[in-house]
Amino acid sequence: MSSLLKNIIRFILFILVQAFILDKVPPLHEYVKPILYFLFVLWLPFSINRGMQMIIAFIFGLCMDYFTGTPGLHVVPCVLIAYLRPFLLNILLPRETTEVSYAEPSIKSLGWAPYSVYVLMLTFAHHACLVLIEWLQFGDFVFFIGKVAASTAISLLLIFVTEMLFPRKAKYRTNTA
Amino acid sequence: MRNIFLFIRRFFTLILFFVLEGTGIYILYTYNKTHQAVLGTVANEVTGTISEKYNNVEYYFRLKKTNEQLAAENARLRSMLPTSFESPDTSHVIITDSLLKDTMGVRKFKFLEAKVVNNSVTDENNYITLHRGSLQGVNTRMAAIGPDGIVGKVILVSDNYCRVMSLLNRKSKVSAMLKNGFYTGDLEWDGTDPAYLKLSNISKSAKVQKGDTVVTSNISDQLSFPPGLMVGTIVEVLPDKASSFLSLRVKSATNFSTLQYAYLTENLLWEEQKQLEAKTPKD
Repeated sequence: MSSLLKNIIRFILFILVQAFILDKVPPLHEYVKPILYFLFVLWLPFSINRGMQMIIAFIFGLCMDYFTGTPGLHVVPCVLIAYLRPFLLNILLPRETTEVSYAEPSIKSLGWAPYSVYVLMLTFAHHACLVLIEWLQFGDFVFFIGKVAASTAISLLLIFVTEMLFPRKAKYRTNTA
Repeated sequence: MRNIFLFIRRFFTLILFFVLEGTGIYILYTYNKTHQAVLGTVANEVTGTISEKYNNVEYYFRLKKTNEQLAAENARLRSMLPTSFESPDTSHVIITDSLLKDTMGVRKFKFLEAKVVNNSVTDENNYITLHRGSLQGVNTRMAAIGPDGIVGKVILVSDNYCRVMSLLNRKSKVSAMLKNGFYTGDLEWDGTDPAYLKLSNISKSAKVQKGDTVVTSNISDQLSFPPGLMVGTIVEVLPDKASSFLSLRVKSATNFSTLQYAYLTENLLWEEQKQLEAKTPKD
């Protein structure tokens, strides 16, 4: 399966899973909201250039927004993580294995610890931005801190469950493709 | 000139980042103000179709509950029919409360049944999609009510679908009153629990008790809710020493997470009322 087709399928699946499964889960608490859709942006291939990454994230966020009803709410955090992603990857990518480069960020391509840091940082950035937009309209500081922390925790759990359930075959990036 | 191009080329990613973020924030704020967005109605039609397909499956699992809800509503309406009452003698006259029911004989409210195809309760601002649109005569002055109580207000209409701002929305504000004493206040949601709403600006002279009924008021500023519809029951009186008003915690009559059918209502005399109000002398 080509990388383009795979990402188009992922695009659709992540939006549908978020809109029709995770958003339908009865709320456990005001702070706890399962958010997984942005994993699409984290899984984008390395080969796409930075400008394109942000435009894809913009479109992805906008599609998500039309399902939840507030256009713009998910666009801003999605573009933010797409912008921050290359910086983090530059730091975290193992330097010594230049001859073996993988197609996209995963546990195999980065290694356990760097991948966890990568996911944690971007999840936190995404949630902080998302909750900040809500917080600017209403709410108090405890709400902001509490919601960011609780949602980040639940998202991390979901991301690692997803990684366990759907192990992606780590494909080497070749010159022929 | 060459330097400008060099600058743009050098900081292209950063500039693109700011442009995209700016667009995002622009969409967010203009949408909140006007309830219309870029491609708003087209996107509404697309997401509406997908939601409907999903709901076809989900609806099946809730048939029993929906059925019970509608049967209970029918029973309630039947008990209000004139034939359900019998006067003991001819000197006894049934008086209909003119405050709650219009006895003028002019149709004031129009009802339109609609299927709920998408619904959320977990967000900070929740919206509901109904399978009725401008082709069926829906407009943005309409309000939505459910079998058990009121639901929200129509904010966006496309050809076959409309989007309703549910009561579970931080931006929603509905005029409601206590059934006992007719004290009017503002009904809002504080974003915590989808089962509870907050009724504020109730005068302290109101004798409020736990379990009292809250209904829609006959003063409708923006919405076209028929007066006297069930909103919920009071569960707690929140003390507010600073002001001369009470805040009440209200258990919502509508269970938003199991909502499957709603009615759209329109106040047909709205134009007339507004025209008359506009003519009020300023001094």
